[in-house]
Amino acid sequence: MASLRADDVTVTFGGIRALDGAGFAAGAGRITGLIGPNGAGKSTLFDVVSGLRRPRTGTVVLDGRDITRDTPAQRARRGMARTFQRLELFGRLSVRDNLRVAAELGSRRREAHRIADDLLERIGLTADAGTTADALPTGAARLLEVGRALAGKPGVLLLDEPAAGQDAQETLRFAALLRDIAADGCAVVLVEHDMSLVMSVCDQVHVLDLGKVVAVGPPEEIQQDRTVLAAYLGEA
Amino acid sequence: MEQFLTFGVVGLATAAIYAIIGSGLVLTYTTAGVFNFAHGAAGMMAAFAYWQLAFGWGWPVPLALAVVLLVLAPAFALFVERVLMRPVQSLGEAERLVMTVALLTGCIALARWIWDPNTPRPLRPFFADQPAFHLGPAPVTWHQALTLGVAALIAAGLWLLLNHTRAGTEMRACVDDRALARLTGASPQRAARFAWILATQLAAVGGILIAPNIALDAQQLSLLIVSAYTAAVFGRLRSLPLTFLGALVVGWLESYLTGYLPQNDYLPGLRLAAPALLLFLALLVFPHRRLRGRERRLVRVPLPTPRGSLVFAGCVVLLAVLLATVLDEEGLISYGPAFSLGIVALSYVPLAGYAGQISLCQLSIAGIGAVVWAHLGGAGQLWALPAAVLVAAAVGAAIAVPALRLSGIYLALGTAAFAVILDRWVFTLPSFEVLGVRIALFDQGSVEVQGPNLFGWRLDSPAELLVLSAVVMAASSLAVGWLRRGRFGRGLIALRDSEAAYATLGGRPLAAKVAVFALSAAIAGLGGALYGMQQRTVTAEQFNLLANLPVFLVAVIGGLGAVGTGLFTGFAYIAPPHLLGHFGTWAHDVSTLGIALAGMGLAHNPAGVVPGLREEWAPLARDRVLLPVACGALGLLWLLYGTGLIGGAIFLVAAVLVAVALRIRATARQDGPPPAPDPVEWWGIRRPWRAEDREVIARGIAAG
Repeated sequence: MASLRADDVTVTFGGIRALDGAGFAAGAGRITGLIGPNGAGKSTLFDVVSGLRRPRTGTVVLDGRDITRDTPAQRARRGMARTFQRLELFGRLSVRDNLRVAAELGSRRREAHRIADDLLERIGLTADAGTTADALPTGAARLLEVGRALAGKPGVLLLDEPAAGQDAQETLRFAALLRDIAADGCAVVLVEHDMSLVMSVCDQVHVLDLGKVVAVGPPEEIQQDRTVLAAYLGEA
Repeated sequence: MEQFLTFGVVGLATAAIYAIIGSGLVLTYTTAGVFNFAHGAAGMMAAFAYWQLAFGWGWPVPLALAVVLLVLAPAFALFVERVLMRPVQSLGEAERLVMTVALLTGCIALARWIWDPNTPRPLRPFFADQPAFHLGPAPVTWHQALTLGVAALIAAGLWLLLNHTRAGTEMRACVDDRALARLTGASPQRAARFAWILATQLAAVGGILIAPNIALDAQQLSLLIVSAYTAAVFGRLRSLPLTFLGALVVGWLESYLTGYLPQNDYLPGLRLAAPALLLFLALLVFPHRRLRGRERRLVRVPLPTPRGSLVFAGCVVLLAVLLATVLDEEGLISYGPAFSLGIVALSYVPLAGYAGQISLCQLSIAGIGAVVWAHLGGAGQLWALPAAVLVAAAVGAAIAVPALRLSGIYLALGTAAFAVILDRWVFTLPSFEVLGVRIALFDQGSVEVQGPNLFGWRLDSPAELLVLSAVVMAASSLAVGWLRRGRFGRGLIALRDSEAAYATLGGRPLAAKVAVFALSAAIAGLGGALYGMQQRTVTAEQFNLLANLPVFLVAVIGGLGAVGTGLFTGFAYIAPPHLLGHFGTWAHDVSTLGIALAGMGLAHNPAGVVPGLREEWAPLARDRVLLPVACGALGLLWLLYGTGLIGGAIFLVAAVLVAVALRIRATARQDGPPPAPDPVEWWGIRRPWRAEDREVIARGIAAG
């Protein structure tokens, strides 16, 4: 069972501290929300956790092993997968080939065909299998990114605004998919601006503001937290 | 000490010119987002124009200077900005780069066409009749003093312009955020136009000042830009003060190497290659983004079917057999290299077409293949061919290691620098020994290349070598097509589309890049070895940077993602100069100019012409009735030619007519009348949204 922990992560851009001692923990079979206003540092924290950005301070621990200095590929091979706030699909490839490449890059080369077909069905894109990924509407493209991340059967899944561009019906189906993924034992970390989705699926929510974690707790507690309200709405 | 100071003054004057030219590069990059490969060529054209007015036609020097700097340079800049760059502004960085490479190639061809390179054109330094004065013990000519003064004035002028004028503020605002600048009333287009004019004027000043120090030669002057590139890379293409600092480093390095480098056979080339070496190091040392995001606009990579690949390979071999039987000895020598150079061009397909890695040194790597084969396969030993391929692959792999840190324009610059290092230094070295192994290159001249011995059958005639090259091209094309359909090809396209996603899914970008660079270099090395065999004798000049550029351009025109680009490039590069050669000695320059002009048309067809040709000919290739008819008709014509009933020219014309007529018939059989196209506003409603629709609309909007 996978677990992920990021502690005391600091990242600076020039003189600006994008992250200032931030961190979170995510456990197997649970969905952990990471919310905060724009510019709070959520995506930067994902970049640090997935190895795309080196932190100034802090550690990232996956299944009890310090992976702070590992490359993104090494982290992926240890069972971590992610999606991106700005879509990072393989736009020239078909929807099916996006999933096949993901399976082939992981350790499931021989089963790539079958995995791609299974995932197409799971994310509901079988009808678009031959479509070039760049031609997908945003909602479907987000789903494809999630499917692609699942191709390596990850233990930890980082989702960066996966519901952006989805309508209400799609978001409902997506919430069911998230619960399904977590039920398989995956530790899901969700960055999302759709608060109804976050509050309905997350077991634990971390709130980031100006690079710091200002609140941690179950959704019902977070909704009442004064610090959180102040971060989103400003001081009264 | 006197010598040290003297070289210091010379280096300072040279640095001043590099600073002037380099600052122009920085201006266009920061305001228009274009790294202008043709910047040196603009300076070269200005130097030639100045010579023509002041010395050719005897105009007074001030008038000639005024016309060049205030009329011709701005007019050239406006032409480039309006006609060439604006249509590709909405496209990617690669397209803008290709446009400037086309401009560079075109300017050199145009200059060589107008001003015969065999006629010497001495350009007198300014104040040449004034005696030099002394700065301490070091003599300083008035031309050097003028150069330093002009550079100082330009530095001060640029500082004032950028920091204390409305135009400068507008330019800086557009650098920071074009969209936001537009909202505040600034015009990015006006800023870009102004920057282009100013940059071209700076290139012109640099060109006119440096031309008296070297021969007025189109290629040499255009390549001086490598030193200015280095200066600009010191400034990370953004900082003018650091660019001036970089120019100082380059100028002094060149000057002191001239003065103090030991005189032997191995080191003179090092001085010539020093700016390129420094450029290579600077690119590696200065930090760049490690993992880039996706490109703004995606050009599809065609997916060849197994049957289509086999038909294409068969056509290549058939074409070669027909040419080998129809062409005379001279024709075989002229057109035969189309296949071997086509293999070199095919090496761009996995590298640039699939993986998106721009390389401007593929022909240089082909030179390595040629020279390894020449030395190891002197008696036609077949084992030497895989050895040549392996050496080329090893060189390709070595280039890939820095390529992990570089992408886009930086990678193009790095590979261009590598081509210059090979051409100016490595290829000029005499033979030497490493760990007891004698390594010979071009032996400071040319090397003879023999054909291979194929299990006792010596392939040495032009016809045999043409067919051999075609068979290798067919096999290579099949392999590259198979690669596209397989796991490795998919992975390369994924790597190109999103390096970040590729890495976070477990892919190893370094391993993939090393593999594709090595594979591509192996293909180029194989093509180079065959090219050498067909040429019989090869020299280093055949593989220099400026020889690389037209091959790269034709491959881009063909479409870097299409397997057929190899064959297309071979013939489009080889055939025009030979066809035009009957009319005059200008044929080579004019055909190169044609290639450059075709490259400039890139904005209208970024996917290249080969995918379009493939689409046009696919109905005939799929038609199970007409394809055998076509083969039969060709066979019959061949029989008639073999029995002497028709001549070679009639055979070729009849074959082309039959093929075209059957293609038209096959298209008609397949489609019936073509449906009327849907209006753009109904795309996605009356018919499904297609991947290329976004491109078409973007191009339409860009074209106004």
